[in-house]
Amino acid sequence: MYRYDEFDETIVRERVKQFRGQVARRLSGELTEEQFKPLRLMNGLYLQLHAYMLRVAIPYGVLSSRQLRRLAHVARRYDKGYGHFTTRQNIQYNWPALVDVPDILDALADVEMHAIQTSGNCIRNVTSDQYAGAAADEVEDPRPWCEIIRQWSTFHPEFSYLPRKFKIAVTASPHDRAAVKVHDIGLILKKGEGGKTGFEVIVGGGLGRTPYIGHTIRDFLPKEHILSYLEAIMRVYNLNGRRDNLFKSRIKILVNTEGPENFRDQVEAEWEKIRDCDIDIPREEIERIKRYFAPPAFEALPGESASFEAARARDAGFDRWVRVNVVAHKVPGYAIANVSLKEPGRPPGDATAEQMEAVADLGERFSFDEIRVTHEQNLCLPHVRKDDLYAVYQALKEAGLAAANVGLASDIIACPGLDYCDLANARSIPIAQALAERFAASGEEEDLGELKINISGCINACGHHHIGHIGILGVDKKGEEFYQITLGGSGAEDASLGEIAGRGLSSSEVVDAVERLARFYKRERREGERFLDAYRRLGHDAFKGAIYADA
Amino acid sequence: MKAITGNRLTDGVVVYLAPDGTWTERLEKARLFEKEEAEAALEAARRRVTEIASVYLIEAEPGGKAAGREALRETIRNAGPTVRPDLGKQAAGPR
Repeated sequence: MYRYDEFDETIVRERVKQFRGQVARRLSGELTEEQFKPLRLMNGLYLQLHAYMLRVAIPYGVLSSRQLRRLAHVARRYDKGYGHFTTRQNIQYNWPALVDVPDILDALADVEMHAIQTSGNCIRNVTSDQYAGAAADEVEDPRPWCEIIRQWSTFHPEFSYLPRKFKIAVTASPHDRAAVKVHDIGLILKKGEGGKTGFEVIVGGGLGRTPYIGHTIRDFLPKEHILSYLEAIMRVYNLNGRRDNLFKSRIKILVNTEGPENFRDQVEAEWEKIRDCDIDIPREEIERIKRYFAPPAFEALPGESASFEAARARDAGFDRWVRVNVVAHKVPGYAIANVSLKEPGRPPGDATAEQMEAVADLGERFSFDEIRVTHEQNLCLPHVRKDDLYAVYQALKEAGLAAANVGLASDIIACPGLDYCDLANARSIPIAQALAERFAASGEEEDLGELKINISGCINACGHHHIGHIGILGVDKKGEEFYQITLGGSGAEDASLGEIAGRGLSSSEVVDAVERLARFYKRERREGERFLDAYRRLGHDAFKGAIYADA
Repeated sequence: MKAITGNRLTDGVVVYLAPDGTWTERLEKARLFEKEEAEAALEAARRRVTEIASVYLIEAEPGGKAAGREALRETIRNAGPTVRPDLGKQAAGPR
């Protein structure tokens, strides 16, 4: 894992000190709320329905046990005993007091954490594949590149007042687990001619009120040029992105208004001007950062584990958990263990302080001290010996974290919705809970296979409903909550935007409608076909019919 | 009728302007204004910058029930998250 150097340490400490002063000036009345708001937002502090909300950065979703324990400590000491993991691999606290926030930030700084780049019109926290460094299918570890981008983007003076927020995601696998095609910039590390690796550069994707799939503006960028090329993109956007209309200020609008070819030409022209200006990171520095992400000391193990197989044969619950939540590791004898934060009936992505500590302990004992946060609001232990999986499972079960549903229907992505969020029009969590309970009780979840359900409580789409196989958008109709279903979205390598299926449904109708969709799929599917595949084969109208069948 | 609500500066807790001019945490105890006098009262409340981080008018019925288009939102603000009855003001139990 990356460790702070003196520069990182200094800028984080100075930022906390500066914010402590700003909070004091706000409390004394020297600053008005209008003056203070942009300052608190630059430190991840929002004002929501019930209280302030503090969003803490987890760069590219990577945590050490010590850091996760500190997040648990903050939840217990300064909040109400839990935290909420987000679709951008961050954590949010829903109840911090303003007067405590400087102390919270100091407590986080002790473990090399902060709330920088979690809000405001800057380049936000970079996200990545939660299986980085462990996935059997990756070209190389994307984390050193994420860290390089983090260092370049943190407090970048030219890009501190962009037209709007800016999100970059990086993956290094053909199977995209980072939703790179729906980010402002998506980067895919891949092999090019002569076996060298470089980036495919995708620009202008995004969700929200005007969703777009990104456009590839460069098939292959030699990776040592990544920073100068990103800088060229940012310059074109910073100059030409709209600042007069909040709803048209994201790069996706610029790219799609000007046309991706035209946009690409502008970027390439800018890049020609700056590519030799020492923006790119020197080779020695790349190597230095890569060393932080050197693989842990994996043991030479046989691919199979007799004790693991015996436990699977003995314990059906464990066997199911392995089938659903455990993923192949690139090193023989190891596995990637997903920890679901979607126990049916609980708010998606929430974890108590005790649960965070339980996962921190498991990370320390069984996963080389590493824990990952996924953009699907789960956690992950990236490097577990197969021999240890049963012990991990038992401890997770003890902590209420052994739901075997990762990627299944009850693994629902949902924004906080009107239960917490100031922007929401409708509640998301109760719909997620009702659906998850319905699917879990049916006993058919595993048979239904991969089924991604995403719920957003407003058009800003924090629950990424456009890219759910089934998306649900909460709307407000004359003070009443209604839910609009979209079908056929995907945030993976086969990215697509869901299509709206017709009139909104009441909260009592929507759960039945989604169940009918699942039943329709089950009846119509062919061998090996996922929900999304069947939807794409049979078409929108066939599935739409199922929604309104008995409504 | 209208009530004046906001979030307390120090901790963000939802508060309402009470008849005695202080802030109360309960909509049930809020002062209710006729529409005409509400705007002037809101203007006065806005000047209390060291007490509150936000302030605006809501519709409320006598007895402290949120009303109008934003009734659900304001009911949730007054009670707490519907999915966590152990949190927010509802955690204190029946009033």
